[in-house]
Amino acid sequence: MYEHDILIIGAGLAGLRASVEGVKNGLDIAVVSKVHPIRSHSSAAQGGINAPLTDRGDDWEAHAYDTIKGSDFLADQDAVEIMSREAGEAVIELERMGVIFTRGEDGKLGTRAFGGQKIARTFFVGAITGSALLHVLFEQSLKLGLNVYEEWFVTKLIIENNVCRGVVAYDIKNGELHTIKAKAIIMASGGNGRVFEPSTQSLICTGDGLSLAYKAGAPLMDMEMVQYHPTTLARTGILLSEAARGEGAYLLNSNGERFMEKYAPDYMELASRDVVSRSEQTEIDEGRGIDGNVLLDLRHLGRDYIEKRLGYLQEVSLEFLGVDMAKEAVPVRPGMHYLMGGIKTDLNGLTEIPGLYAAGECANVSVHGANRLGANSLLDTVVFGRRSAEHAIEYIKSIGQNSKSENDLKLERKRLQSILDRPKGENIAKVREDMAVNMTKGIGVWRDQKSIENALENLKNIKNRLPNVSVEHKGKFFNTNLIFALELEFMVDNAEAIIHGAITRKESRGAHFRTDMPDRDDENWLKHTLVYHDVNHENNVRIETAPVTITKWEPEKRVY
Amino acid sequence: MGARKESILMNVNLKVKRFDPGDSEGKTWWQKYKIDIHEGSTVLDALIHVREYEDTSLALRCACRASICGSCGMKVNGNAKLVCKTRIVEVSPNGEQIIVEPMANHGVVKDLVVSLDTFFNQIKRVEPYIQADHVPEKGEYIATNESMENLLTAMNCIMCGCCVSDCTVLEVDDNFIGPAALTKAWRFVNDPRDSKRTDRLKDLNDEDGGIWDCTRCMQCVEVCPKGVAPMDRIMELRESTLTNGLTNAFGAKHANSVNKSIKHSGRIDEFRLPIESKGYFNIKGIFSLLIPGLRMLIKKQSPSPIHHKNPNQSKVKNIFKNFEENK
Repeated sequence: MYEHDILIIGAGLAGLRASVEGVKNGLDIAVVSKVHPIRSHSSAAQGGINAPLTDRGDDWEAHAYDTIKGSDFLADQDAVEIMSREAGEAVIELERMGVIFTRGEDGKLGTRAFGGQKIARTFFVGAITGSALLHVLFEQSLKLGLNVYEEWFVTKLIIENNVCRGVVAYDIKNGELHTIKAKAIIMASGGNGRVFEPSTQSLICTGDGLSLAYKAGAPLMDMEMVQYHPTTLARTGILLSEAARGEGAYLLNSNGERFMEKYAPDYMELASRDVVSRSEQTEIDEGRGIDGNVLLDLRHLGRDYIEKRLGYLQEVSLEFLGVDMAKEAVPVRPGMHYLMGGIKTDLNGLTEIPGLYAAGECANVSVHGANRLGANSLLDTVVFGRRSAEHAIEYIKSIGQNSKSENDLKLERKRLQSILDRPKGENIAKVREDMAVNMTKGIGVWRDQKSIENALENLKNIKNRLPNVSVEHKGKFFNTNLIFALELEFMVDNAEAIIHGAITRKESRGAHFRTDMPDRDDENWLKHTLVYHDVNHENNVRIETAPVTITKWEPEKRVY
Repeated sequence: MGARKESILMNVNLKVKRFDPGDSEGKTWWQKYKIDIHEGSTVLDALIHVREYEDTSLALRCACRASICGSCGMKVNGNAKLVCKTRIVEVSPNGEQIIVEPMANHGVVKDLVVSLDTFFNQIKRVEPYIQADHVPEKGEYIATNESMENLLTAMNCIMCGCCVSDCTVLEVDDNFIGPAALTKAWRFVNDPRDSKRTDRLKDLNDEDGGIWDCTRCMQCVEVCPKGVAPMDRIMELRESTLTNGLTNAFGAKHANSVNKSIKHSGRIDEFRLPIESKGYFNIKGIFSLLIPGLRMLIKKQSPSPIHHKNPNQSKVKNIFKNFEENK
């Protein structure tokens, strides 16, 4: 059994930022991550990080308003206020840690425009901002000598007397199962893109933390809010950052028209992501697409500019599609990209389970509501990564020693063995694909009662197949076959919560656009949906709602 | 993925080097896989297909599929590659067998999964974090954009380990800091915010396995999937040590001696070179040259102590002049 003051699950930006805070405060901190920290999905963020810096003539209220409008008024305004107010400090802190932000002519940090915001307040490193931030936080973790359980996979949260006290984790390298106890746990395990097919997300984004918290009794909030990014590369579905449009790229239909004129005359290509994705899908559905895509045109920016400011985008476009952005427009389409929903937390990252915090994509504070603005996710990770650690540091002062019980370890050992012992049955990848393709069909850019019900029906079928999924490889060392079986179970929980969220919300708001109920209904649905895992309820699911916190900005019609 | 389903299938022949630490004899073996996969697929797509449907015991690392997370470095047909961005047609244009092995110069954990310890221990050697004495009272450090953009080449490094895998120095000398870590060092040496530039250069210059151990074989430049060109960074570090007056290391003295004799006579003075590289007052060092020197004498391979000028020496001088004027 291992013991620490605070254990952080996940070593992306939220997890590392939380860790740095803990170690700096002299605590015994450890991170457990199923991949090496550098491989975390934060590295895939491209465009930048938002911050309203006052010495640039910006102010927190302007950023907060844009964020809230972007969220279609579902974000909790007190949470947004915190994020906007702390953003400047967070970005400056990252710069001082060593991030090589692109600069302006005055030698200060430079900005680029981003969607849903009239002020250019997105700080960036070429088109590799996430990678640059993650590498710097990783450098800090090396400097501070952070403990990392590298390539360890958490299978269960340990809850003792309703308080979260640790995890059971599987060492992928040698197949050993261990107990890691802590006085507080911070979940920073990222998103669940693999629940959908296709998705821009990494193969490791399987919603593990969401499921662990859900199964432990914490509610998942607004899970129906799944973001479809407007520009994913044709064929492979790889992300092409909003930075392209931020730097001035056009979206064209098959007639060569800048179709955003019709949908968002004021913001054009830089409207909120949900708006742009729907506009693209409308063009495609009405026959003005090109093989199911629209075109992203950067040619007028010139080769030099593209290569300097958007180098990684050019690399992706060239290497994965063979299109030279400086010469040709790139075919793109909307693709599943981000989960606004997540484990419900308070303003300090605390979930409904004492001792369990959550930050980053797996958490829902909620600052993104029904639609996240581009470049607000990196901001979310560092602001709430730090806050959750700060609060956990206070919390553990009153927490006594951990128990010596290793009961959960024994139970998990049995459970894993029973999975390994299953007779030859269904193929994991096949079951996952059936689930994920169906999720995209049912919970897509558009949805309606029927599509959601179909998704639910199909998920029941998937759940029936789940116990027959077999792990053919029985080895102890780097047995990814077993890991995929465990991840599949997590993904099914995620799908369940998403579908139940979607079926509950009887309106259209942000990313949740129901063609059968196309209007926003503030009277009945200006509230969060909560999905609980509850064995005393039908299908083990209990639905509740929670009010949205409105402070200064009354909901208004959302026009771009 | 989505649209790919409508595309045409192609046949792929893979030959994969396998290793299972559970095997008591610790032997490796080759395994062949024949699969059908959609045209336009990458080597990673093929390996994932094998892992999902053909042989679930095959171990490999991969995550982003978009050449940014750095997980999937492997040897393909003999050279390290990031397999997510390696299209099958590139490495097997006519359906030839594709040979996939774990990266070299790393310990193997299982099959195509290597230990990351070697790589990150090298990274740790260069104190890979900013060390700034001066912190601005308010706001960010002020720096020109050019100075920051210059560092981006190194920031493109995703720590995939391909350069380390194919480094010909690491193959024979595991004490070499290695191309990736030296690139990291370059990034801090050239960061205008860092206060330890001189100390860093001094360490890189003096340290066993430092910048002078690179043999300039270009292998790291060739295999880097992100255009980082580690060797160029190492050469820039060498230049920085010299311009900072750090001329004491063997490598620096060697470079200076070569430079001096070519400038002077148009060719390398091979007799003086080893002595000048050791340093005239380095008695122990010069003594160590005696045995190989005598051996060369016996085999009649010893350079002449009398140095002859290149007949075109004036032309060589002009090259130097031109270079120095246009530097």
